[in-house]
Amino acid sequence: MAAASGTLRRSGPTHRGLRNLGLVAIFAFGAWVQATGLIHAMLSQWDDILYLGKQHLELVGISWILAVAVGIPLGVLLTRRSVRRNSETILQVVNTGQTIPTLAVLALSMSVLGIGFWPSIFGLWIYSLLPIVRNTYQGILAVPGHLQEAAVGMGMTPPQILWRVELPNALFVIFAGMRTALAINVGTAPLAFLIGGGGLGELIFTGIALDQQTMMLAGAIPVALLAVILDFMIGLVQFWLVPKGVNPLRGSR
Amino acid sequence: MIRLEQLTKVFQTDHGSVTAVDHVSLEVPEGDICVLLGPSGCGKTTTMKMVNRLIAPTSGKIYINDKDTDEYDPVELRRNIGYAIQQIGLFPNMTVEENITIVPDLLGWDKKRCRERARELLNMVAMEPDQFLRRYPSELSGGQQQRIGVVRALAADAPVMLMDEPFGAIDPINREVIQDEFLRMQEQLRKTIMFVSHDIDEAVKMGNGIAIFRGGSLEQYAAPDELLAYPVNDFIADFVGGDRTLKRLRLAHIEDAMSIETRTVGLDDSLDKARDLLESTGVEAVVVLDGQRHPRGYVDRRVAIQGEGTAGENLLPLAFTVKRRDDLRTAVSQMFAHDTRWVAVLDDHGRYAGFVTQASITELLGTGSRRPATA
Repeated sequence: MAAASGTLRRSGPTHRGLRNLGLVAIFAFGAWVQATGLIHAMLSQWDDILYLGKQHLELVGISWILAVAVGIPLGVLLTRRSVRRNSETILQVVNTGQTIPTLAVLALSMSVLGIGFWPSIFGLWIYSLLPIVRNTYQGILAVPGHLQEAAVGMGMTPPQILWRVELPNALFVIFAGMRTALAINVGTAPLAFLIGGGGLGELIFTGIALDQQTMMLAGAIPVALLAVILDFMIGLVQFWLVPKGVNPLRGSR
Repeated sequence: MIRLEQLTKVFQTDHGSVTAVDHVSLEVPEGDICVLLGPSGCGKTTTMKMVNRLIAPTSGKIYINDKDTDEYDPVELRRNIGYAIQQIGLFPNMTVEENITIVPDLLGWDKKRCRERARELLNMVAMEPDQFLRRYPSELSGGQQQRIGVVRALAADAPVMLMDEPFGAIDPINREVIQDEFLRMQEQLRKTIMFVSHDIDEAVKMGNGIAIFRGGSLEQYAAPDELLAYPVNDFIADFVGGDRTLKRLRLAHIEDAMSIETRTVGLDDSLDKARDLLESTGVEAVVVLDGQRHPRGYVDRRVAIQGEGTAGENLLPLAFTVKRRDDLRTAVSQMFAHDTRWVAVLDDHGRYAGFVTQASITELLGTGSRRPATA
């Protein structure tokens, strides 16, 4: 800490100069945006943004949590000895699923389940599933064989090995998969509007259809913010939850 | 005690069945280290892994302290056998303390007892507990990791240990240090240990008994000195190396080849006394001691005949001395370095104990006799 503040003090003048310049730039940008009337227009839709934002968050949150809840156990299952010989085949099938365009997945989901919230959840869930399954599978396979051998040799039971050795050591990779899934999910969620799932996509697509830029931005900007904030939050969880010894972010010491 | 009876393992592969271990019978007495030695693929590791059922035997029996290991649940069996592997296998997600106390924790020890045990073990390998308990394996040096790997196997104080090239992942200098450290611990702990190695020098150093394997069968099982002195066939002679006699020097202590010589002279004794001694015993030199029996130098034939006055006035300096508990290699090496045929031996307090000559060493190697390693 002392070293850090020392660095700050030493590079003080330039640092402060850059920061002031940044503040001026942001202020100028704000003034310009204000001048175009964008902020005012967006604020007039504040109620819509709140309502649809909440819906959007539900779409993302529920489908993502379901994907985690199913994806991690599925990934673990694929690494079990009895299943392992078929794992690559199964993953290839799921992989192929991932190559189907997002919109097509939603369309298929709609044609089977109808329109509305839950078909949207289903589509997003399917789409978030693969990165989680794949990373869980790869993460556990990447745990060195000698750790398994040591664990068995010391008398751990298979569940103990899973919980104490395999999962903790694979956790960083699993989290990376969950993060990827979340990013994909947030980016795909606006499309849910097209099959009646609501969310901020409603503002975006309606804005495009009506050629109303402010309405479109009133949807697009919150979506972008949401993506950044959610990724930041899961990053924090990853930082604190992955054991220090296997967490490259925290390094050693 | 570990006893293997007609232990056999046949692996079924795509190319038919392969016999990895072929009717091996051997017994490791309580408190001994038995080194399983041989080229890779000889079945030594497979044999060891059958003891804690990491590999299930095809046929044959394994007894630990006269109890058939078939009667144990494998998980329970493994918790009661210390296990250290070549890659160390410390869990990177756990602290040093958590790593050490894995087996005690599995056995249901309470937290406090686990912690005390971890501290005790770290002290045993001279690692400061307050400094290391909270660290992660990635924050340790290779030597420190290796030490933790070994004490982890000792954690639950199991009477029997399996060690699969436990010092294999470390540089030669540190390996020597850790081997010595481990031998010192073993003197106290007296575990019954099965130890896999491919290094004859390590085997000679660590083992009370060495079992040499070839192609799945046990070729010879004997004490290190016997193995080096009397290899039963060409394969073994070849495996232990052409310098096997020199290797035996490391097994013997200086005192094994030492002549206890009580006939010495003091600093104030006259040269005449020294000359009489030299003539009556036929040795080439006589050591001169001070009042505390510390050697101050020596007098040889030439000095004794030509010199005048007391022994103290005509001292020739001793170029070097050795200690009676040192291995014989040290003495031989020093004798070659200084081009002498004898060397004075000191006891633990620096007092004169006797001397060793090249002839006495040759004689010792010739007889192949040696105190039992367990003494």
